[in-house]
Amino acid sequence: MLKHLIFFVTFLVCEVALTAPLKVGLVLDKGGKDDKSFNSAAYAGATKAEKELKIELKYVEASDVTALENLHRAFARKKFDLIIGIGFAQTEAIKKISAQHPDVKFALVDGEVAAPNVRSLLFEEHEGSFIVGALAALKSKTGKVGFIGGMDIPLIRRFSLGYEAGAKFINPKISVVNNFIGVTGEAWNNPAKAKELALAQISSGVDIIFVAAGASGSGAFDAIEEKNKLGIGVDSNQNWMKPGVILTSMMKRVDVAVYNTIQDTQNSKFTPGVVRYGFKDKGVDYALDKHNEKILTPELIAKLEDIKTQILSGKIKVPDYYKQSKK
Amino acid sequence: MTEILLPLISLLLATLRMATPMIFASMGGLLSERAGVVNIALEGFMLVGAFTAAVIAFYTHSAWLAAFVALGVGAFVGALYALFVIEFKGDQIVTGTAINILTVGAMPFFTKILFNSTGSTPSIPLEDRFNFEPIVLALLLVASLTYWFYQTYSGLWVQFAGEHPEALASAGINVRKVRWVSVILSGGLASIGGASLSTFLASSYSPLMTSGRGFMALAALIFGRWKPLQTCAACLFFGLTDALQMRLQGVQVAGFEVPVQFIQILPYFVTVIAVAGFFGKSESPKALGKVYE
Repeated sequence: MLKHLIFFVTFLVCEVALTAPLKVGLVLDKGGKDDKSFNSAAYAGATKAEKELKIELKYVEASDVTALENLHRAFARKKFDLIIGIGFAQTEAIKKISAQHPDVKFALVDGEVAAPNVRSLLFEEHEGSFIVGALAALKSKTGKVGFIGGMDIPLIRRFSLGYEAGAKFINPKISVVNNFIGVTGEAWNNPAKAKELALAQISSGVDIIFVAAGASGSGAFDAIEEKNKLGIGVDSNQNWMKPGVILTSMMKRVDVAVYNTIQDTQNSKFTPGVVRYGFKDKGVDYALDKHNEKILTPELIAKLEDIKTQILSGKIKVPDYYKQSKK
Repeated sequence: MTEILLPLISLLLATLRMATPMIFASMGGLLSERAGVVNIALEGFMLVGAFTAAVIAFYTHSAWLAAFVALGVGAFVGALYALFVIEFKGDQIVTGTAINILTVGAMPFFTKILFNSTGSTPSIPLEDRFNFEPIVLALLLVASLTYWFYQTYSGLWVQFAGEHPEALASAGINVRKVRWVSVILSGGLASIGGASLSTFLASSYSPLMTSGRGFMALAALIFGRWKPLQTCAACLFFGLTDALQMRLQGVQVAGFEVPVQFIQILPYFVTVIAVAGFFGKSESPKALGKVYE
């Protein structure tokens, strides 16, 4: 019996030593893994990697910005192979900790850090927003569409600018109402206020609202559902949240970016620098599934695909808030 | 005519909606503070209520039951607070802060067990949520509290517990008992405020969803000079600034964009001014924060 046990234990030890799994630490943003949006997408990508690539995954949620640095440092000290930070707010923390731990690899979504051990994962949000903006204008009956952003930061301005441009591309006379929930991190977690903003927009004649507000978004969808209007989701495919009410979702495939980065690291193909995800690799796209196939008709889809190819070929120039603000 | 009337009505309704959770919480704060116990834990009570109501409404499909259970659980947490500050004579500010931190930390623990999520609950369908009832309830609460406070003996006891506890004791009333009841009710009321947030203004519980409304309620209490009607008016004013701010975002007046940030500052600004005594003397209950031996 004892002999068997010893054999079994040695076998286990060897097994572990031979295939020591890649250790990946995921640092989520304030919205948390269940925001059904941005962070959920990141979490989905990481858990997919955990299942398929047999990595060891640990995730944490930042309760506030000041905690970020410590979370990254804790992962780095425990000799994790790859640490992924989700959200622009983590830029400073990664800049600092990646310099102190050059042997650990880092990835950052939505922010840019130039270091030999950091990969920055950026998305062409303005292009995706342009296409849902065009869709909103095609679908609107009142000639008035709305945008509700979470925190008022350049990234979300980029969404709103692209959205407005897309709507105006279809209907130059359309009016676009832009609202932001707040100017602090709380804005990602305030569904009650998102709902009020949506109700205010609807009462002013808006009939389609693009909601880019993390965990606050559910409140806006509640209002849209109550008033029988249409909403557009963001980051994750949110169509399932309210089937028939959510026209489509502007998907930002954070899950793909996270998964690919983990895969590359496992295959020793990790490269630092900026990786951009856009239409060409489906890193940004609109969502089509069984929940919205009834409202998103083939004619609309054909129109959207046409716009997409025009953006890809450079025929349509989508305004980019990042470039505008630098001017 | 309707062009002016409709936006006005929508503004009024939005004001009432935004004020509702704060009215409940500030009335809870009023009870506790008039009885002499500082209540900085309103935010925590609200979070407890928001969470409890979201869970109960999700499982039982009844918003009313959810509100009742939230009242009970809030009262329980209120009793916990009362135990520490009245019986163990703990520092009220420190204990209140501890309750706030405790509730923030406790919620993810329960959501992990119940829904395997890190702090949020599944959403409650439209038909299981409140439509307007909490607004009416909040206004009724203010009315009945005003009556109780000024027209009944037990209301006076609460006032004396915070002004002259010795006088109350010499009249043969147990000061501790009065404070206990006030703090427990305070927890229950603030908790209903939280419930109105998760089952009326939103459709689920998400972490920190109160976003400072408990502290706003406290500010309203100070601005309203610890009087029920004035405090309710302060809540409505805060709600109005919120509703106004939303409608003025990005609006151009004479070529300039309205700086909505300034409107958002207003509640805090007027509270500071009120505390500084610019609108007449803002007098807190005399025995507020003092332990009664």
